[in-house]
Order: sequence, then C-alpha cells, then structure tokens
Amino acid sequence: RPRLSPPVRRPDARTPGLGLRPAVLSYVAGIAWFLALVFPPLTQRTYMSENAMGSTMVEEQFAGGDRARAFARDFAAHRKKSGALPVAWLERTMRSVGLEVYTQSFSRKLPFPDETHERYMVSGTNVYGILRAPRAASTESLVLTVPCGSDSTNSQAVGLLLALAAHFRGQIYWAKDIIFLVTEHDLLGTEAWLEAYHDVNVTGMQSSPLQGRAGAIQAALALELSSDVVTSLDVAVEGLNGQLPNLDLLNLFQTFCQKGGLLCTLQGKLQPQDWTSLDGPLQGLQTLLLMVLRQASGRPHGSHGLFLRYRVEALTLRGINSFRQYKYDLVAVGKALEGMFRKLNHLLERLHQSFFLYLLPALSRFVSIGLYMPAAGFLLLVLGLKISSLHEAEVGVEEPGGAPGPSVPLPPSQGVGLASLVAPLLISQAMGLALYVLPVLGQHVATQHFPVAEAEAVVLTLLAIYAAGLALPHNTHRPLSCRVVSTQAPDRGWMALKLVALIYLALQLGCIVLTNFSLGFLLATTMVPAAALAKPHGPRTLYAALLVLTSPAATLLGSLLLWRELQEAPLSLAEGWQLFLAALAQGVLEHHTYGALLFPLLSLGLYPCWLLFWNVLFWK
Amino acid sequence: MAAAMPLALLVLLLLGRRGWCLAEPPRDSLREELVITPLPSGDVAATFQFRTRWDSELQREGVSHYRLFPKALGQLISKYSLRELHLSFTQGFWRTRYWGPPFLQAPSDTDHYFLRYAVLPREVVCTENLTPWKKLLPCSSKAGLSVLLKADRLFHTSYHSQAVHIRPVCRNARCTSISWELRQTLSVVFDAFITGQGKKDWSLFRMFSRTLTEPCPLASESRVYVDITNYNQDNETLEVNPPPTTTYQDVILGTRKIYAIYDLLDTAMINNSRNLNIQLKWKRPPENEAPPVPFLHAQRYVSGYGLQKGELSTLLYNTHPYRAFPVLLLDTVPWYLRLYVHTLTITSKGKENKPSYIHYQPAQDRLQPHLLEMLIQLPANSVTKVSIQFERALLKWTEYTPDPNHGFYVSPSVLSALVPSVVAAKPVDWEESPLFNSLFPVSDGSNYFVRLYTEPLLVNLPTPDFSMPYNVICLTCTVVAVCYGSFYNLLTRTFHIEEPRTGGLAKRLANLIRRARGVPPL
Repeated sequence: RPRLSPPVRRPDARTPGLGLRPAVLSYVAGIAWFLALVFPPLTQRTYMSENAMGSTMVEEQFAGGDRARAFARDFAAHRKKSGALPVAWLERTMRSVGLEVYTQSFSRKLPFPDETHERYMVSGTNVYGILRAPRAASTESLVLTVPCGSDSTNSQAVGLLLALAAHFRGQIYWAKDIIFLVTEHDLLGTEAWLEAYHDVNVTGMQSSPLQGRAGAIQAALALELSSDVVTSLDVAVEGLNGQLPNLDLLNLFQTFCQKGGLLCTLQGKLQPQDWTSLDGPLQGLQTLLLMVLRQASGRPHGSHGLFLRYRVEALTLRGINSFRQYKYDLVAVGKALEGMFRKLNHLLERLHQSFFLYLLPALSRFVSIGLYMPAAGFLLLVLGLKISSLHEAEVGVEEPGGAPGPSVPLPPSQGVGLASLVAPLLISQAMGLALYVLPVLGQHVATQHFPVAEAEAVVLTLLAIYAAGLALPHNTHRPLSCRVVSTQAPDRGWMALKLVALIYLALQLGCIVLTNFSLGFLLATTMVPAAALAKPHGPRTLYAALLVLTSPAATLLGSLLLWRELQEAPLSLAEGWQLFLAALAQGVLEHHTYGALLFPLLSLGLYPCWLLFWNVLFWK
Repeated sequence: MAAAMPLALLVLLLLGRRGWCLAEPPRDSLREELVITPLPSGDVAATFQFRTRWDSELQREGVSHYRLFPKALGQLISKYSLRELHLSFTQGFWRTRYWGPPFLQAPSDTDHYFLRYAVLPREVVCTENLTPWKKLLPCSSKAGLSVLLKADRLFHTSYHSQAVHIRPVCRNARCTSISWELRQTLSVVFDAFITGQGKKDWSLFRMFSRTLTEPCPLASESRVYVDITNYNQDNETLEVNPPPTTTYQDVILGTRKIYAIYDLLDTAMINNSRNLNIQLKWKRPPENEAPPVPFLHAQRYVSGYGLQKGELSTLLYNTHPYRAFPVLLLDTVPWYLRLYVHTLTITSKGKENKPSYIHYQPAQDRLQPHLLEMLIQLPANSVTKVSIQFERALLKWTEYTPDPNHGFYVSPSVLSALVPSVVAAKPVDWEESPLFNSLFPVSDGSNYFVRLYTEPLLVNLPTPDFSMPYNVICLTCTVVAVCYGSFYNLLTRTFHIEEPRTGGLAKRLANLIRRARGVPPL
C-alpha cells in the first residue's frame, strides 16, 4: 500500500535549539499579550448590561448626615465602654428605627493563634435588622453589611448604616427585604452569619441558628468607613478564591460615583483620563497588576468576598481619608448607597447579564475573558510544545533500539522506565501531603521542643518541610537511576520523569487558569520557563538557581515585593521576609477559617510538581 | 415591579345532595363589620367582613331573582354544584411572629377526596382585582364601611389580602335545611412607620383617607370594632375618640380581648358630626421592645448553595411553656425540585421526632407536584426542624419562564393546628356573635384553631445562558458537529481503486450480447 503522507522527520532531542525556538516565541507572545491588555483595542469601556438598572431613574433623598454622625458617636462610646460589640445598644437602635432585629452568636477556635489580628479563641455576636419590604413576601433580599474588627475603626460605617436604615424604613417602594448586618470579628462574623443563613457548615464554625431570614439574597454591599469625611471611595472586587462579582454591580457603583461627583478609586488608584497616549495604559497596567496579584492571592479582600461563594454578588466600599483638599461627607456616601440600593431593588432577575470573569485596568475599563485567555494559552503552549518534543525524542530514543532485531527488548525497557517514575512521584506527593498536614498537626510538638509560639511554629515547620523536600529526592533516586542506566538509553529515565512532570504541570495550570486566571497566569509566568529548561545536563547551577527562584514560595515572596512596589510603598528584603512569614500564616489560617484554596493547591498540587522538576535537574 | 403575591385558591367541589325541601320563602341579609386591631409590633390591622346570607336552596331550584347575593357567584354555585369555595388574593406576608395569629384562615376541612387546592405564588395582586371584588358588595363602595375601600391606600400597606368565601351554613339549630353564606373579607396591615411618620397613633382618616358618613341602607348590621385590650395591667395606655357607647368582651384566638363597638345604624353615632372618624391615641407610647411571641409560628427557607442540590427546611416553633400540640403540615413542592424522601428528617430538641401520620404522593414530571402531609407533635417550648433534600432538575429549554434567572417559586407550606388557649373560651351563639369570631366555631374551649402559611420560596434552577453568545455557541456547535462527522469520515477512510473483476459467465455473456448490440459493456 502506498503511503499517502511523507514520513515525519523527528527533530533530534539532543540538539537543544530545535524544540526551544517556538517555545521561547510562545512564552514571549504570552507575556506580550498580557502587557497589551491595557491598550484600548483589548480593553473596552464598561457598560451597563442589566436593563432593570440601566435606564431607570432614581432620585436620592438621603439627608441623614447628622443622624449618622450621632449614631456613630454613640456606637463608638458604647463600644469603648463594653470593649466588644455593643449588642444591646445596636438591637435597641435598630428596633427604634423600625427594623426586625435578630442576633446570632458564634464561636470559633482557630487552628493556631492569628498574630496579625491577635485572636485565637474567637466568640462574638452578629446583629442584624431586617427591613421588610411591603410589596413582597420576603422572597428576595439585599444586604448592607459593616464588619467590625477588634477596634472601633468602623464606627462611622455603623452610623451610616443605621441612618440609612432609618431613611429606607420610611419609604414604600421596597420590593426586596433589606438586611442591615453588623458583624463582629470582621470576616469571621460574616462567615458565621453566611453559613448560618444558608444552614451549611463549611469551616467548622459554631454558631446559633438564625431566627429571621429574608429569602434569597440578590446582592450585598459591605461598607468600611473610619472617618466622618472621605476624600475618595475605594472599591474592592476580589473575593474568596479569586471569585469576582458580576461586572454590572461595579458598573452600578461607578454610575453613582459619576452621578454624585465622588472620587472613586480601584486598587487605590485613580483612573487615568487619557488612553490614547502611553501614560494612561501604563497607569492602567499598574492597576491591572495589582488586581492580578490580589486575585491570585485568593483571599477575600473585604467581607464581600465571602458572599460570592453563595452566588451573592457583592462589593466592598472603603472610605479613604487622605490629605486631599476636597472632602465628601457621609451624606454623599449615603446618597451613593441609597441610589445603588434603589437600583438593585429594581432587579427582576439575579445579576447575570454582564461578565463574571474579567480584569480591570481601571474602574471604567475592563478586559473580558475572551481577550485575556490567549495570554495564558500562549504560556501553556510552551508546555505543550515541550511535551510533544520530549515525547517524540523519547520515541526517537527507542527506535534505534528496536530497529536491528524484532521488537523483543522494548516492553521490558518500557516497564523499567515507568517503574522508575513511581518512587519520585510518590515521594514528592508525600512531601506535599506532609506540607499540608504537618504544620498545623505538629504545632504543639514543635512548641514543646523549641522556644517558639504556635503561629511561629507553624510557619517554621512549613518552611522546614518545604526545604527538606529539596534535599529528599537526591537520596532516593540513585538506586532507581542505576537500573535505568543499565538499559540502552541513559536519558530515558529523566525524560520520562520530565514528561510526566510537564503533563502534570500543564494540567494543573490549565485547571487553575480556568477558575482563577490571575493565579494561573502568575504561576505559569514563573514556573513555565524553569520547567521547560530543567534537565540534568548543561549549566546545572544556573538551572537550579532559576528553579529555586521560581518555586511557589519564591513566587509568593516576589509577589509580595511587587505588590508593595506597585502600591508605591516598597519594602526592604528584611521587611519583605517578615511579610512573607505573616502571609504564610495567613494563607494557612484562611484555608481553615474561610475555605481558601490557595494553600492546599500549592502544597498538594504545585509543590510536588515543582519537586519533580528539581528531581529531573539532579538526575544522575 | 414583580413582587411575589401568593394567590390561594381553595375549591371544594362536592355534588350537592338532592331531595331537601324548601321550608320558607327566600330571604337574604347583609352584615358588615370592620375590626381594627393594633398589632403587637405597633402596626395596625384592619379587617373588613361583608357577610351575605341567603336562605335559599341554590342548587336545587332554578333561582332567577337575586337581591343581595351576587348573581355571578350564585350561578356558579347552581351550575357547577359547588359545595364550598375559598379564593384569596394576597400581597405581602402575614408575619405571625410579630403580628400574632391571623383572624382569617382557610377552612379546616381536610377531606382530600373532594378537595382541589392550588397556589400561584407568582401572581400579582392589583387594583384590577379589587374593583370586581367591590362590585360584589350590595352597596358597592357608595355607602357603609365600603366607603373606606380606596385602592391607593389599601395597596400602600405591608399586607393586603382579599378573599371570597362561599359555604353552606345551617339555617336553624337542628340543621334541617341550609343557607348559603358569602363572606367577602379584606385584611390590610398599615405600617405605623410609614403612615404615622413614626407615631403609632392612628385615625380612620389617616389610614384610609376617608371617614364613615352613612350606613349601607341594605345592611342589617354595620359595626366597627376597635381592639382596646390593655396589655399592661396598670392604667389605661390608650384612648379612643369618640368614646364608644358599648364594648364587647370575648376570648379571641386564645386570649381575652376587649373591643369598643361603633354601630353605624345607631343614628346618634353619625348624626353628631355628619361623619365618624375614629381615632386612637397612645397615652404612653408602646416601647420598642420585642413583641410577645405567639405560641405557634414557623419559618421556611432553602439551605445549601450551588445549583445542584439543596434542602428545604421548615422550622416550627412551639413557644408554649408546658403544652405540646400536634400540627398538620401540608407541603406541595413543584416537580422540578426532585425531593429525596429518604432524607426527610424531623428533629425537635436534638432528638428525632417521628410523625404520627405521613402521606406522600410523589411528583410526576410536568404533571403533578409532590404532596407531603405530616402530623407532627410539637413538644412544649421547642423548635422542630423539618428538612428534606432535593435536587434541582434541568428543564427543557422551552419550559423556562421569560425571566429564568429570577428563580422559581415554591408555594408556602400550610400549617394547621389546635393551639392551646390562655383563657378558656365559652361556646358562643354563632349567629349572634361578631363576624370575626364566627368564621371558625370553637368546639372545645381550651384550644383554638390556627392555620398559618409559611413564606413562599424562591429557588434558582440551573439555567442556560439565554443570550446571544449562547445562541451563537449552540449554532456553531451544531455546524461543527455536522461537519465533523463528514470530515472525519473523509480523513480517516482509505480509498482503494478496485480492479474490475473478470466477472462470471453470465456477465461475459451479457457483454458479448451488448457488444453485438453496440452498447458499452457492463
């Protein structure tokens, strides 16, 4: 039978250049695409998609600035007196403005003491009042929440919440119930309330059941204010595990910023006016990078972040009081909130029209998923190219062996190759498991034997296991490689391992990119080149240095430094190290308290995968 | 604005029994009354009742002359042999915990064989429902209590429920013959915060923006009752103006109540000032304390998150300090929530509570909903949680409503219970007592009957994205799917050139003949 296609010419795997050139190109294209996202053809102006909120007019009538300040003063005084959330005062005040008031008590023992927030055994009480809408049977609701921390920094927000409640109660147009929620211990209280509201237990929180509910929550706004006047309002969108609210909610906020003439910022940055010159996009790039870093961290940046798990679209608004001359009072903020609530009240359906996956280079500009995905696609293509070239090389190695005689020696050699992979794979996964489990489990053992506190013990165990992982594979692979050497192709062992590692990495990054683009892109940018280059020949120290610099922990440290750099508050390396240790502890804590997935993802998925490359590098 | 308005339709169809004879000539009468109750929360409830009683065998003989009884309803009864009909339109939700048990309940008949029961939780109630309802009244809205029925005020309330109840009643004590009773009821709850600008005082004018001017000439009784019960034992806390001529005392819904009576047929009442504007002033305004909790109240919600599974939970509160009582819980759940009946759990005080009776009728897709009925004993001072898990079904794309992301409504569950009274009631003369007291005759003085509805629920189902990109994706996928098959076929199939076989004898013969004929060979 004649062959229809010419025989494929396989590139020789041992000539390094051939597989590399398209890979380098693809990597550069990925980075370039990402940088190009801030330029106008790729970034678009935001627009309101939801009809119910777009075309209707509302007139804001809130004028309770004095009332808000009085409430805030009282709240702060009572809070100072009792040292905790003044539950009785809040209940009384909410009832006096005509709400149905309920409380919920909760308690949570953290896995280890939280040194950043100074808490370990947490117990508190949430207070919430429900404004019952006259036009509906409590099937839908909106939430305005103020998280209160251990100090009374958020008392102005409580004041504004109460004043708004009083104003809203006097109106007859509400079609959705409005829940005014004040939580204690900021996000822990919010988590306790949300779990109780949905009657689930995700994080092991102990709380009393809720007495009052108001149907399906359609949207939520969290408010943080620490002064009577603000110069600007900052909005936080990034939620738990990088989830984002529907873009329409942000558009709504932006509409009222414009209407009320408020100065609104995103990531603490004002939006650039001029997008035609280079300055605008460059400033946009800064904002975009900040968003990518915050989204990649997977932490809830404000109490709105916890609502997103329950498919409640939510935002956090933060009042910033800087040295700027022009300031806005609580009435201006209250009017913006009133307007947003009135428009949300008009909603016929859940917010679903606009984007759920987007990046924001400015408050009024966005990049949709269809436009930013190619950047990650190009980076993953590098892995794909390496996998295919490696696969072909492996087949190419086999072929000379098979050519002289009939293919008898092939099956046993293949068996040895696969068996040699089992040990490194198992060991690296076991290291990952140890990294995930041991720090929290062994904190008490560590505190008994070393003069450290629990939180320190956890972080240091984490680092110790992480570093130990680098040492382990050397010792274990030697007997295995001996067996591999006995076969005809000495390269086959590491190639097979690298092939498996590459496939593993590509699969993981592919999945992460789909759920949390920022995290996936950040990891791909750092891990892909080192992963592609790793091999036991050539400048091994250089490769080793590169691999260490791009390991997940180093990426975290680098991200922290970059983040502070972008915020124009650069860190020294020592400060960065302190922040890094704190971030590790926070990462573990957030996994246990809110169910953040970054810690298990890194420890159970990416760290073992990275160890495989380390193993490849030191293959003998 | 699409608010959720439960509309309950309760129809009892029973073939009327034949062979009763008419004892006396047809006679009809109208009684009307308005009960104004300041609620524990500070809001004010106003309940209108218009009762037309007609001593006539509607189903037996072809009645053609209608006087007070509306002809439209009379014909309905005679034509369809209607036994009983209860139809109500409601906007808002009666908040039992804050407002106490409601006056007006649906009937306690649970004879399911003849019962048709339906609820439309999505239906909107509007003035267009009120107008035909008003037209059924003998005096329409021209005179009597119905003057107060002004649509723009009635719909600016926290709760609005209008209903029509038709039922046969005994004509005399021995019940030898029946009369037909039509009760038209309308309950509204005025929000004290909105109507009174924070003050809890009220007057007829402030609530309805009308005052009473004259009685309905066709009515045999026309009265306004105002609840002036002193909740605190000390001195009077409220004052009614004008001072009532008489008061009425009885045990209503388990507690002793005092009502001030204003009789519109009493000529002195109207003649003094040409109109009657009843006012109530709080001498000492009620404090902002949590109101007393009624013995039975309930709460229902959907728990869980995500679009695959969920759980329907109903919390039943029995706040009575020492008495347990049974509750009949009736749930109808639409078929697209696929209930897992094995997950039905009932717990009170941390222990499993076994219902003494369960009736479950599974749903059939697109035909009938789930029906779950249980008799549960509620222990004293307890919260009983009834929960059942469900899976959200994926509908066919044509079955989604025009606004599928709004969610789908699940109708309220119905709770029927005999709740222990605080004060024992003595049996009342049914025909003589006020209307609000006679909708449900109490057979046993130590209990009173309550029927409560829980809140309707809004459940999100997995919904396809019905937008332009979705359609584009569908179309593209179809095209790709169609093309894929043929392309794959083309690419994978190997084509061989088949050598013409030197056929059999028959073929060779045929070719010989063909050649002879000058035709190309086979």
